[in-house]
Amino acid sequence: MWNYLLKRVALALVILFGVSALIYLLSMLMPADYIDNQTAAAVQMGAMTLEDVQRLKELYGLADKSLPGIAKSYLSWLTSALSGDLGYSFLYGRPVSDVLSQYIWISFMIAFISYLLEIAIGIPMGIKASVNQYSAYDYTVSVFAMIGTALPSFFLSALLMNVFAIRLGILPLQGLTTATKVFPPNAHFQILLDKAWHLVLPITVLTLLGVGGLMKFTRTNMLEVLNSDYIRTARAKGLSENVVTYKHAFRNTLIPLVTSLSGMLPGLFGGAMITETVFAIPGIGYMALRATQQGDIPFIMGYNMFLAILTVLGMLISDIMYMVVDPRVKLS
Amino acid sequence: MGLLDKWKNIKETEVEPGIDHTMYLTLKEERRISRENSRIIKQFEREKNRKNVPEEEYLTQMRDPNNVVEFDNLHTYFFTDVGTVKSVNGVTFDIPQGKVVGVVGESGCGKSVTSLSLMQLVQAPQGQIVAGSIRYQSRDGKCYEITKMPKDRMLKVRGKEIAMIFQEPMTSLNPVFKIGEQMDEVVLLHEEGATPKAARERSLEMLNLVGIADPQKVYNNYPHELSGGMRQRVMIAMALSCTPRLIIADEPTTALDVTIQAQILELLRDVKNKINGSIMLITHDLGVIAEMADYVVVMYAGRIIEKGTVREIFHNPKHPYTIGLMRSKPSGKTKDNRLYSIKGQVPNPINMPNHCYFYNRCDRAIGICAEEYPEMIQFTDTHSAACHLCRNGGFMDTNSTKEQR
Amino acid sequence: MIEKEKAAQQTTNSSNQEVKDGYEQHFKVISPGRMVAKRFFRSKLSIAGLYMIVFVFLFSFVGPLIVDATWGYEELEVFKIERIADMVSTADFKGPDGKTYTYYDKSQTLVYFKAPPSAEHWLGTDTSGFDILTRLMYGGRISLTISFIVIFLETIIGVILGGLAGYFGKWVDQLIMRIVDIFACLPGLPVLLVLSATISSIESIPAEHRIYYMMAFLTLMGWTGVARIVRGQILMLREQEYMLAAETTGISPMHKIFRHLVPNTMPQLIVSATLGLGGVILYESTLSYLGLGVPFPRAAWGSMIALADPSKGQEILANYPNMWVPAGVLIVVTVLGFSFIGDGLRDAFDPRMKR
Repeated sequence: MWNYLLKRVALALVILFGVSALIYLLSMLMPADYIDNQTAAAVQMGAMTLEDVQRLKELYGLADKSLPGIAKSYLSWLTSALSGDLGYSFLYGRPVSDVLSQYIWISFMIAFISYLLEIAIGIPMGIKASVNQYSAYDYTVSVFAMIGTALPSFFLSALLMNVFAIRLGILPLQGLTTATKVFPPNAHFQILLDKAWHLVLPITVLTLLGVGGLMKFTRTNMLEVLNSDYIRTARAKGLSENVVTYKHAFRNTLIPLVTSLSGMLPGLFGGAMITETVFAIPGIGYMALRATQQGDIPFIMGYNMFLAILTVLGMLISDIMYMVVDPRVKLS
Repeated sequence: MGLLDKWKNIKETEVEPGIDHTMYLTLKEERRISRENSRIIKQFEREKNRKNVPEEEYLTQMRDPNNVVEFDNLHTYFFTDVGTVKSVNGVTFDIPQGKVVGVVGESGCGKSVTSLSLMQLVQAPQGQIVAGSIRYQSRDGKCYEITKMPKDRMLKVRGKEIAMIFQEPMTSLNPVFKIGEQMDEVVLLHEEGATPKAARERSLEMLNLVGIADPQKVYNNYPHELSGGMRQRVMIAMALSCTPRLIIADEPTTALDVTIQAQILELLRDVKNKINGSIMLITHDLGVIAEMADYVVVMYAGRIIEKGTVREIFHNPKHPYTIGLMRSKPSGKTKDNRLYSIKGQVPNPINMPNHCYFYNRCDRAIGICAEEYPEMIQFTDTHSAACHLCRNGGFMDTNSTKEQR
Repeated sequence: MIEKEKAAQQTTNSSNQEVKDGYEQHFKVISPGRMVAKRFFRSKLSIAGLYMIVFVFLFSFVGPLIVDATWGYEELEVFKIERIADMVSTADFKGPDGKTYTYYDKSQTLVYFKAPPSAEHWLGTDTSGFDILTRLMYGGRISLTISFIVIFLETIIGVILGGLAGYFGKWVDQLIMRIVDIFACLPGLPVLLVLSATISSIESIPAEHRIYYMMAFLTLMGWTGVARIVRGQILMLREQEYMLAAETTGISPMHKIFRHLVPNTMPQLIVSATLGLGGVILYESTLSYLGLGVPFPRAAWGSMIALADPSKGQEILANYPNMWVPAGVLIVVTVLGFSFIGDGLRDAFDPRMKR
């Protein structure tokens, strides 16, 4: 078992290395005077000196474009990134890691609640659809699931906004808080409620987009399990259909489910760039999108590196969970 | 949409019996069949799912009180999109108390479906028991009509009074639960007032009974930690937990090594005597039949073509198919260089002909064989066969080796 | 020997003529392609998907021709339609008595754009005066073209790399598979955005060429799936063939593998490509929404939906659904259509029929 684990960790590190190199190469695309343009305003205002600009160029390999030069700057960037220093954002005037840690919790909150909702809605629907294959329920649910994955997030957001925020006026349109409301100093609960109210639509959008995939996954796996021999044995023992489905079949479906669901966990910290922007929720997705559009290289690099780490972490967790949940892969 | 129609139109020939026309169905045809099937299936399913059905509706009388199970003109069909597959097409035989009845036939002849019908485990919703009756005599003396029993009542019979073991021991046990847990489940389900402790004791006792050396260890094992033979023993132990009246063994040794095969068969016979029960042994292996069975039922294409005691079938087979089966078994005694095999194939199960199903493969067929289906002809009170040649004694000696090649 | 069998066959034939039912089994050989088509059309969803895609194709490629013939509209033609529109403005102010009053001002102005639907412009015109229906058609053309090209390129790259990995094995396989893993772990949308944003900001690249770069980037995101499929197939075949080759000698199994490769991989590739088409359309529309994809003033579904961006004011979002809802609906229909077809194909190719 340890062998397996070590191999996976080694693989993860290799991938991380490769991804970081690729991301670093992104900066290679930038034309020579890109950084000059971006920092021109800051230099003029005196927030940055020409040495700072040169240092930046060196950091992103734009100063010395020979191969050893790039390699050197990549390594120095990588070491500082892995030790937590993700650079200094142009746009926000703060270390990137600061910005990330400040805004990450809203993004996580939205993502996490949708995650829970997706599980609570998608899995039971998937089970019911698999038990009643080819029924009207199965078809309807499958079609809705596929519509969910076919909708662009910005379109769904706009639709919901139109209906709920504008026409019906029951939910707020954008933002995290109601700007015009002033709360007395200790009304924490009220503030929280206000924030929660603003998060209803974004969470709904994320849930609707994701529940379809989970439902289909559950359904496919349940169908495969329900056709196995051991389910036939369970029925032959005289167990009721409910016990057969929820105890025998579902326990087997849990293996791929838990594996992939736990693999999704790190990704919850990554933020939803489009949805947050449309709803003007100040999460890191929103910050990252702005940074991208405005060419804030340190932030872009830092953010992408962060996402890569999350992805690889998810891979690792999913592998580990597979070992934990499947008794066939136990300590041998 | 002419383009689509070009795709859809696959030429349809006239639906003549005996001819495989499944490839020719147009989409419209398939849709029509599908719709009709849904209607029929819905009716059957509704009947099966009724709750709180009064017992009188499914109580009946056995024809012979010495029988545990009586199959009487059973018809089990599968309603598929390409037509109705008549898997079991008029099967009648008995399983007497304390005896082993062997059901022989090639793949697809309907022997498994017959046993599944008895357990009401036929693959729903496509598979349905359409006609006929299955009478089962319970230990408490009551006699049940299984085809009329509602699902919730059937659950009390399965595993408790009739138990089944399957062909593939490697995949028949749930891989995520321990052996002990799976075995206790049966006891806890069926025995009134059983405690987990009592269930555990019973399970260990059963594991011991089937010849497992270290029941404790196996009790705590997962299925993947055991060999095929061990798993089949566990399956048998599980089947025995509630002292069933009848054990259905569907090809229990086909997936095992020959040496293990012998052990498992020995075990089954042993067990049958210990619990004073009957066994319905389904197999295509004549050797197994010869060793184990008291009575033999030979099935072909959904019907029984011969049945009798094991002596009668082996020493005096009447139906050409049975004779062919006997000859097919390779033996060191034959002087021929070629292995004998019955030429031809089983007819298409969707469109069965109106005459003897074996006609196109039979080397003794006469004119009438292509015109009507032969009825069962009784030779002794146990031995009967469905063959035109058996009538009026106008039949060739089975020991004659005159070939018509 | 063959003559004898033929003669025997003939005699049995003639004897069976007397029997009423011809008992010989007639097998009309139906090619596997036809079997797949038959199974495909069994599913109503697949047929629906086919209708949807055919509709979108006709709409996008034939539509402009019809529009041109009927009205003579072009993609970038601006229509100035005069109409009188109401303008209402409100302001709050505090009156002399301290209470808050609201001041309403209602007037009328001459507006040329944002015309409502009419007989001449079935969906009206947008904020720049373009005819919305025409824009939808041209947008569809771009989206479909881009997605097909991207999928095509992805498949080629994937086949080459996957093939190399499977063929050479050992370190080549390891190397290529690590590259596949790395690309698969790239955060898709963020990287895509960065690339597109960077390209957009480089002035030396004209707006028209941006589309080509975008296609290249999209290809880079998606080839890994194809590579995995192809490699997996080769490995599987290798196992089979090497088992056989262990008994026969000398003949290189590679030839056989390649002969079997195409028919075995085609189904999976086709399914993967069909499902991938939807994904590319979604990515492209997201980029266009952010202004980083198909450049203005070219038409694109994503950029049409961007008109309804609430940060730019609620007016379009609230009052002019004709501008953005059809674009979104078309995206959903297209992606959904590809999904249905992809799923239908997957079930049709799968020999294990449940019914």
